[in-house]
Amino acid sequence: MHELSIAESIVDTVLERTVDRHVSLVRIRVGRLAAVVPDALSFCFDLATSGTPLEGCRLEIQEQDARAHCRDCDTEFVLPDLFLLCACGSADLEILAGRELQVASVEVE
Amino acid sequence: MCSTCGCGSDEVRVTDIDHQHAHDHMHNHTHDHTHTDDRAHTIELEQAVLSRNDHLAEHNRTWLAGRNITAINLMSSPGAGKTTLLERTVALCDRVVSVIEGDQETLFDAQRIRAAGARAVQVNTGAGCHLDARMVQRALDELQPEPESLVFIENVGNLVCPALFDLGELTRVVVISVPEGDDKPLKYPHMFAAADLVVVNKTDLLPYVDFDVDRLTRDARRLNPAVQVLPISARTGENLDSWLTWLVDKP
Repeated sequence: MHELSIAESIVDTVLERTVDRHVSLVRIRVGRLAAVVPDALSFCFDLATSGTPLEGCRLEIQEQDARAHCRDCDTEFVLPDLFLLCACGSADLEILAGRELQVASVEVE
Repeated sequence: MCSTCGCGSDEVRVTDIDHQHAHDHMHNHTHDHTHTDDRAHTIELEQAVLSRNDHLAEHNRTWLAGRNITAINLMSSPGAGKTTLLERTVALCDRVVSVIEGDQETLFDAQRIRAAGARAVQVNTGAGCHLDARMVQRALDELQPEPESLVFIENVGNLVCPALFDLGELTRVVVISVPEGDDKPLKYPHMFAAADLVVVNKTDLLPYVDFDVDRLTRDARRLNPAVQVLPISARTGENLDSWLTWLVDKP
């Protein structure tokens, strides 16, 4: 359940940048290979914001597909999971996207 | 605090068992600048969630590299034999070894390492399920490892959460023990995808359990084509020479 540590990091990151402004929404971007479960993160976000200036703020999670480039057949494709295998049979892949764990933006009032 | 496993970092204690008193001092390396925009309703942040951890991990890595210290993050489920492997390593390795021990509670593992002849600092994470870069920074501060030495960071026993947190290590080792079953790479892919070496421990039990080292190797390499797999028995000493060779070959 590392999602609580991640939720706490999101709170710290946002508060560092917004100081005492009222934040109504936090948008984060989570790649499908980032080892973060969105439901668990939403649950932990409520706990992590409790008692902070972000209490009551909504969390919007934008999930990002993982993409890979096959060095053997030079194609780019969506990677459904962590198993590194191209349709051509090669495992020589470069992961282009899918590990993101970013605070994208916040809505302030 | 998380109601499932309660993880959180505010209860962390770092104990040097050579002078046992818990330190509570903090070394914050945060940058306190703030960025606000009075007009905008949307503020673009585009900041990595774990940027603070990654920043501290880079501090640790630089500090270690400046002293030619090789740091190894050792991860496994509880009971895979990490501490036993370290006890044997302390006894057999030519390089000076010290250990940062991570557990939720007790000083047991640091005491075992001390009894084996090496210095150790225990990090108790309270309810926390993994070590992070700040805990390791505090532990290194306490441990003050010798230049040119090997530092093992024995993570909290857990095949999930530690995979996500860079500690500033040079390399990552996952220990899997034979009684756990050979299906673990497919069940816990993030951990095996993050490993540089997979140590298969307790090979002395292979005759008694259904564990196929080839299957484990094949599955680990589906996730991580370059990963090395090293079967050993820390208890009997089988193949520990290969482990020591692997350690010596580290910069």
